[in-house]
Amino acid sequence: MIAPERPLAAIGTVSLEIDGTDVRVPEGATLLEACRSLGIATPSLCYLENLTPVNVCRVCVVELEGSRVLVPACSRKAENGMKVRTDSARVRLSRKMVLEFLGSTVDVSLSSEFAEYARRYGAEPDRYGAPAGPQPLGARDAAVAGHHHAPAGDVAENVAQPVKVDNELYVRDYAKCILCYKCVEACGADAQNTFAIAVAGRGFEARISTEFDVPLPDSACVYCGNCIGVCPTGALMFSSEYEMRRAGTWDEKRQTKADTICSYCGVGCTLTVHAQDNAIVKVTSPLDHDVTRGHLCIKGRFGWKFVQQRPIDGA
Amino acid sequence: MDLHFTGALPSKAERQIVDAVLGAPSDDWHGGEAARARRHLLLPTLHAVAARVGWISEGALNYVARRLTVPPADAYGVASFYALFALSERAPRVVHVCDDIACKARGADAIIAALERDYGIAGSTPDDGATTWLRSPCLGLCERAPAAYLSVAGERPYARQLGGVDVRSIGEALRGGGERVFPSTILPQAGDPGLRLLRRVGVVDPSSIQAYGAAGGYQALRRALEIGASGVIREVSDARLMGRGGAAFPTGRKWDAVAKEPERPHYLVCNADESEPGTFKDRILMEEDPFAVVEAMTITAFATGADYGYLYVRGEYPLATERMQHALDEARRHNFLGCDILGTEFDFDVEIRRGAGAYICGEETSLFNSIEGHRGEPRNKPPFPVQKGLFGKPTAINNVETLVNLPDIVMDGGAAYAAIGTKDSTGTKLFCVSGCIAKPGLYEVPFGTTLRQLLALAGGVLPERRLQAVLLGGAAGAFATPEELDTPLTFEGVRKIRATLGSGVVLVFDDRINLGEMLLRIAAFFRDESCGQCVPCRIGTVRQEELLARLKRREPLHSLQDERTLLAEVGAVMRDASICGLGQTASSAIESALAKFRPFEGAVRA
Ligand SMILES: Cc1cc2nc3c(=O)[nH]c(=O)nc-3n(C[C@H](O)[C@H](O)[C@H](O)COP(=O)(O)O)c2cc1C
Ligand code: SF4
Ligand code: SF4
Ligand code: SF4
Ligand code: FES
Ligand code: FES
Repeated sequence: MIAPERPLAAIGTVSLEIDGTDVRVPEGATLLEACRSLGIATPSLCYLENLTPVNVCRVCVVELEGSRVLVPACSRKAENGMKVRTDSARVRLSRKMVLEFLGSTVDVSLSSEFAEYARRYGAEPDRYGAPAGPQPLGARDAAVAGHHHAPAGDVAENVAQPVKVDNELYVRDYAKCILCYKCVEACGADAQNTFAIAVAGRGFEARISTEFDVPLPDSACVYCGNCIGVCPTGALMFSSEYEMRRAGTWDEKRQTKADTICSYCGVGCTLTVHAQDNAIVKVTSPLDHDVTRGHLCIKGRFGWKFVQQRPIDGA
Repeated sequence: MDLHFTGALPSKAERQIVDAVLGAPSDDWHGGEAARARRHLLLPTLHAVAARVGWISEGALNYVARRLTVPPADAYGVASFYALFALSERAPRVVHVCDDIACKARGADAIIAALERDYGIAGSTPDDGATTWLRSPCLGLCERAPAAYLSVAGERPYARQLGGVDVRSIGEALRGGGERVFPSTILPQAGDPGLRLLRRVGVVDPSSIQAYGAAGGYQALRRALEIGASGVIREVSDARLMGRGGAAFPTGRKWDAVAKEPERPHYLVCNADESEPGTFKDRILMEEDPFAVVEAMTITAFATGADYGYLYVRGEYPLATERMQHALDEARRHNFLGCDILGTEFDFDVEIRRGAGAYICGEETSLFNSIEGHRGEPRNKPPFPVQKGLFGKPTAINNVETLVNLPDIVMDGGAAYAAIGTKDSTGTKLFCVSGCIAKPGLYEVPFGTTLRQLLALAGGVLPERRLQAVLLGGAAGAFATPEELDTPLTFEGVRKIRATLGSGVVLVFDDRINLGEMLLRIAAFFRDESCGQCVPCRIGTVRQEELLARLKRREPLHSLQDERTLLAEVGAVMRDASICGLGQTASSAIESALAKFRPFEGAVRA
């Protein structure tokens, strides 16, 4: 017997209730998508449309009736009959605490969305005490799983450390890393399939690392820059931007963005070229672009260094 | 996948060690699905290198990664996850000295202080470069606290747990003795005719399959094969057996779900990672009655349709591992494992996997990742293990003690089993009694026994001492007060005093003990053992420890009231928004102590 073709509508939708409002979403949609379809502002930090959800930051948690704990909206699939609350006291407290924890640990000064969330949830990262001083370069990378020095509690431990500058194209400022796993996913199976970086260590000492923390030029990195493209905090940054920021010349208000098609090969990736004072300062790609999904290769991402007639960093 | 490696090469010895585990490299040894499918050999291979060389060099890791087609950054991420693996040169002879709560209650701090004086701080290596000592979380030897774990890397690797240590015996172990200090297990109830789970413990030779058979072993497997898989599940459901690993999930329901999954193969995993501070029951079962664990696993596999099983044993349990390996080999030799078991068409075999120092790997999905050669990070649920478990297949995962209940359930029937204990907590329960108590050890009592009765069985607190508090359920559990001693030890009974039975920990603190210090140790434990994946736990455990450190020094930030609010909010986000049970329970004992006692007397009033 041949099964009749199922009409699309039958597999199509699930209905649930969010903050007292009934909503229908396509089967397979997440609670985050359902919330956003209702216009409910839901914060997210580790989620990105073009990456597999890792649900680690927990800033998107919502209250689901029948569940002992809050659930991550970004990865939990909507099911028929679910009753969800997105603005209960429990949800607000958890979101505030996640933001305070990150704000007291990581330099999030370059993330405008973080600042917006922190304001919305009244996060006060200062109430954990003065920040501990930065650790020397490599100290966190040398941490041994399962061992730490007992704290005195007078200062709040953090991930402050010097920037890793080991190649000409981009820098890694892990003092700004919220450990959202996005760069690892972009470098791995979700885009680049290079696997140059991974999460190493454990607990508070977990960090993004090459094998044995070797410099990028010794690693598998092919400088596609896809990790830079997904990093939400500016921890991974084009050298051009990094140098201009250090020189105090970086000024987004003076920058223009123009979309163009990469001319290096026949794939046809869309490039968004960011320029300031008539010079290209960085290249990104739109997340929703059906060819690139935001990802590029070294030529599209950094090739402008060679197209651009005059050297911008004294090279 | 084209892999890129740094120029670091393995030494000849390292190459040989790796090849001994993975087989000689053949022509097609780099690349291909087949090689990638062997990623699950990553942890065993790293263990082999560590056991022989003492640490894992960049060249050795590159070689392992190349042989298994794992990106080296990924392999480094895995190796650096485990506390037992050193990634920089380390002395081959290491004594891991427990400074966790049960050992602290029995003088571990004085030992640590003396070691620091005589041998330098933890991790220092005297001139000869051959020995070092490290601190360790609970080693699962709490009944013989203070405890240590000796590991000696080399041509013939050696590892043993050392019970009842002092500075002198640790010094001997550091200098090259210690090999002869065999554990003498404390079995306070051995031979008691009322015992069920511990019936053979300390009485029947754990190395002899004949002795096991003569003591009634393997009758239950025969009976299970007679009544069929659904018959076994029915008895287990009728018995209302609840998991003993901590979460108290109904075992019958879990098995039924696995058995009904159409996807094949099914796997069985026996969780013997036992790392909850204060817990040592599974170790004793494996050391003293290993055939019972094998038989129970075989019955479970038969019931759930699994044809392959893994026994994931805590890395610091060398004796249990050896005895279980011997029992598996013997069972296989006698056709209790392998193909056509006992002349039926049932095939099943078991492989041992060793953990490498990570409490989180006892969490079921983290354990799957660990076996598969990934970092031991818990997975998002749903999907649940019964649907997508080990290697993405339907998996029954159970605690050792849960499984060891099986033979009696199959032999006597579920109804008879359910008649023991109380309505909602059936059967008997193993309790790990340690700390300030006259006769520490493993005790088996029917559910419903009161805490007072259990402490009396264990000889009560020492003379001239007064009971201060009892930690139930381990670091993830909660405290009971002396006024709560008449609480019946059942799942539902302890809920009334806002506690849990957890893994059966009953850790006794008398009036000499500084509870505040114990709380700090518990906070440090969670900070060390967090996998680091999610923000609430990765950072919450740090903030919690910092806050307790301030309370202990009586130097609150802002006001005491602010600290109290902060602690409650840190606890709330960890409980509500963490991915797994570790973060969700990381504040439980601490909040319970602050609610019931005044652990930081003079600083915080409960
Ligand atoms: C952090 C953490 C550690 C755990 N450790 C163990 C363990 O060592 N042994 C164990 O059996 N269960 C442990 N569990 C519980 C397991 O996740 C799982 O519930 C259990 O193995 C199921 O077996 P059961 O139903 O027989 O209890 C742990 C859970 C968490 C959250
Ligand atoms: S630049 Fe590309 S290859 Fe290099 S680490 Fe980033 S994502 Fe991976
Ligand atoms: S470097 Fe950026 S993308 Fe990578 S984990 Fe850190 S914050 Fe996320
Ligand atoms: S709660 Fe802790 S141990 Fe569990 S996933 Fe989160 S960080 Fe890892
Ligand atoms: S956005 Fe959902 S957990 Fe990070
Ligand atoms: S062995 Fe030391 S606390 Fe358990």
